[in-house]
Amino acid sequence: MGLENLFLGFQIAVTPFNLFIAVVGITLGTIIGVLPGLGGANGVAILLPLTFTMPPTSAIILLTSIYWGALFGGAITSVLFNIPGEPWSVATTFDGYPLAKQGQGGQALTAAFTSSFVGALFSIVLITFFAPLLAEIALKFGPPEFFAIQFLTFSSFVGLGGGNPLKTLVSILLGFILAAVGLDIVTGQLRLTFGFVDLMKGFDFIVAVIGLFGIGEILLSVEEGLKFHGAKTRMNLRVVLDTWKILPRYYRTFARGAFIGFWMGFKPGGATPASFMSYAFAKRFSKNSDRFGKGELEGVVAPETAAHSAGVAAMLPMITLGIPGSPTAAVMLGGLIIWGLQPGPMLFKEQPEFVWGLIASMYTGNIIGVLMVLAFVPFFAGILRIPFGILTPSIIVVCAIGSYAVHNSMIDIWYMLLFGVVGYVFKKLDYPLAPLVLALVLGDIAENALRQSLIMSQGSLAIFFTRPISGAISAVAVFFFILPVITPWWRRLRGFPAPARETGLH
Amino acid sequence: MRRADLVTAAALMGLGGVVISDAVRLGIGWGDEGPRSGFFPFWLALLLAAMGAAIFVQALARRSAKPFVTRERLIPVLKVLGPLAGFVVATDPPGPWPGLGLYVAAALYIGFYMRWIGSHSWLAVAAVAVGFPLVTFYIFETWFLVPMPKGPLEAWLGY
Repeated sequence: MGLENLFLGFQIAVTPFNLFIAVVGITLGTIIGVLPGLGGANGVAILLPLTFTMPPTSAIILLTSIYWGALFGGAITSVLFNIPGEPWSVATTFDGYPLAKQGQGGQALTAAFTSSFVGALFSIVLITFFAPLLAEIALKFGPPEFFAIQFLTFSSFVGLGGGNPLKTLVSILLGFILAAVGLDIVTGQLRLTFGFVDLMKGFDFIVAVIGLFGIGEILLSVEEGLKFHGAKTRMNLRVVLDTWKILPRYYRTFARGAFIGFWMGFKPGGATPASFMSYAFAKRFSKNSDRFGKGELEGVVAPETAAHSAGVAAMLPMITLGIPGSPTAAVMLGGLIIWGLQPGPMLFKEQPEFVWGLIASMYTGNIIGVLMVLAFVPFFAGILRIPFGILTPSIIVVCAIGSYAVHNSMIDIWYMLLFGVVGYVFKKLDYPLAPLVLALVLGDIAENALRQSLIMSQGSLAIFFTRPISGAISAVAVFFFILPVITPWWRRLRGFPAPARETGLH
Repeated sequence: MRRADLVTAAALMGLGGVVISDAVRLGIGWGDEGPRSGFFPFWLALLLAAMGAAIFVQALARRSAKPFVTRERLIPVLKVLGPLAGFVVATDPPGPWPGLGLYVAAALYIGFYMRWIGSHSWLAVAAVAVGFPLVTFYIFETWFLVPMPKGPLEAWLGY
C-alpha cells in the first residue's frame, strides 16, 4: 500500500543534490556527536538557519542526516574515550570501552555501527508501514484529541522519565510559560512582557536548545574537569568483515533490542531507558552474562540497537501527529513551521513528496551513514584530540552564530548565555531539560488546542474524558502522572527494593 | 545541594507569583472568544508555584552535606563564562556603543582563550584565531547568506 509512495520518495531522496546533502549532514552530525557540548538537538538547532533558503525536502534531509550522524558519533566517543556523547550511549561504554582497552576497539565500533544500523532499519521499516495508518487515524482527531496527546506526551516524561517527578513538572511548566511570553495571537494582547520591548518577540526554542544543551553542557564538563584518554583503534576492512562474521550469532539480541527500542522510542524520553533495558535483557539471557561489563561484544550490540531504533522511532509521532518525541525531533518540527509546512496528519495528504522523501531519506541516510562512519572512524576520533583550549571557544562561537542567525538579533546571544547558566544549574539539580524544550516548542499549539476544546465544551474540562479517543488517551496520561505516586507504594506491597534512579534525557 | 535546591525552589515560587500577577491583569476567566489571554499562564504559574513549594519542603526535609559546587570546581566554570561574556560584549555591547562585530570579537576571544587556558604557541594562536573566523565568515556570509553583526573591520573591507 505504501510501496508506490515509498518509490516516489526514493525518486526525491536519491537525486545527486539530496545525496550530497545527506553526506554533508552525516559528516557534520558525526562531528557534532563526537564533540563534547554539542549533541543532536543543538547541532540541528545551530544549523537550522542554514536551511531557511533550501527546498523543504532537502532541508529536512540535512537535519535528519545530522541526527543520524550524531547517533553514530555518540558510539565513537563511548567506545574509544569512555565518554557517552549522548545519554543513550551510556550503556555502550560498559562493554565498548573495556573492549577498546583490550585492543579490540575496531571490533567494538564495527559492532556498534552495525547494531545502530540494524536498529534504525527496523524502525524505518515500521515507520514506512505504520506512519500512513497513524496519519489516517489522526485525520479524524479534533482539538480535544490533540490536546490529550500532548497531555500524554508530557505525562510520559513524568511517569517514565525517572528522576524527581516534581522537577520534571517544573521543567514542563517553565517551558509552557516561556512559550506564552510575547504576543497572544488569539486576542492580540501582549503577555508577560512587563513593558520590555525585547520580550515582545518571546523566547525562541532554538536559542533555548543551544543555551541549555550547548553552553550548559560545556560548563558542566569543564566543572567536572573532563580529560580525554583515547584508546587506540585499528580499523580496517578485515576487522570489519571478521566482526560481521561473528555478529549474526547475536540475532536474538538484535531482535530484542530493535523491538524494545521501537516500543520505547515513539514515547518521549524513550531512547535512554530503551538502551539500558536492552542491555539488561541481553545480560540476563546471554550465555556469557558473567563477561558483561568486562568487554563482551553482545553488550555493545544490545544498547546500540535499542538506542538507534528508539532514535528513529521518535520521528513517528513527529511526522504523523506533529508531536515530537525528543528535543531533536522538536527542533525539526520547529523547522517544518519555519519552512511553511503545517505539521500534523494533513502532511501526508498535502505534502506527500515531502513526507515520503523524508522516509526514503531515512533509508539512504542510514546506509550512507554506516558506510561513512566505518570508513572514517580515525578521522572522527581525531577530533577529540583537538586541545580543549581550542575546542571550547570554537564551539561557543558556533553556538553564538547559531543563536544570532535565528532572528538576526543580539538579544538572542544574551538569552543563549542565560539559558546556558540555567541549563548548568538545572542539570546539577536534576531538573530534566528535554521536557522544557518540548513544552517551549509545543506551547502555542497546545494552548490553541486547549482553548478550542474549551470553546467546544463551553468551559468544561470533561470534554477530554467523554469523547472516546481523547478519553482513552487522557486516561493513560492521568495514569502516567500518578505513576510516580503509586510506584513506591506498589513496590512496598510486593516487597521490592526501591529502584536506583537515573535521569532520562533524550 | 540543599541550599541550591531551596534557592531554586524559592525562585520558582517567585516567578510563579510574577506570572500570576500579569495573568490576572490580562484576565483569567472567560471572554468573548473563549478563555482570556491570562487563562493558560495563570494555571501554569499556579502549578509552578505549587511545585516550587513542594520542592522547597522536600529539600528542607533532606540533610545533604554535599555542596552545590566547590570553589576549585567553580573557577574553571567562571573561566569559561567570563571570556564568553566578554566576547558577547565585544561583538555588540548593549546600549548605543558600536561593537567590533562577531568575527573580530571571535578572533580576539579564541586567541585570548587559547593563550590563557591552553598556553598554545603564538603561532598556533594566530593561525586558529584568524583561520576559524575566516572559515565561518566564508560559510555563513558568502555561502549561506546568513548575516552576522559586523564592525569597523568588515566595513573597511567593504562588507
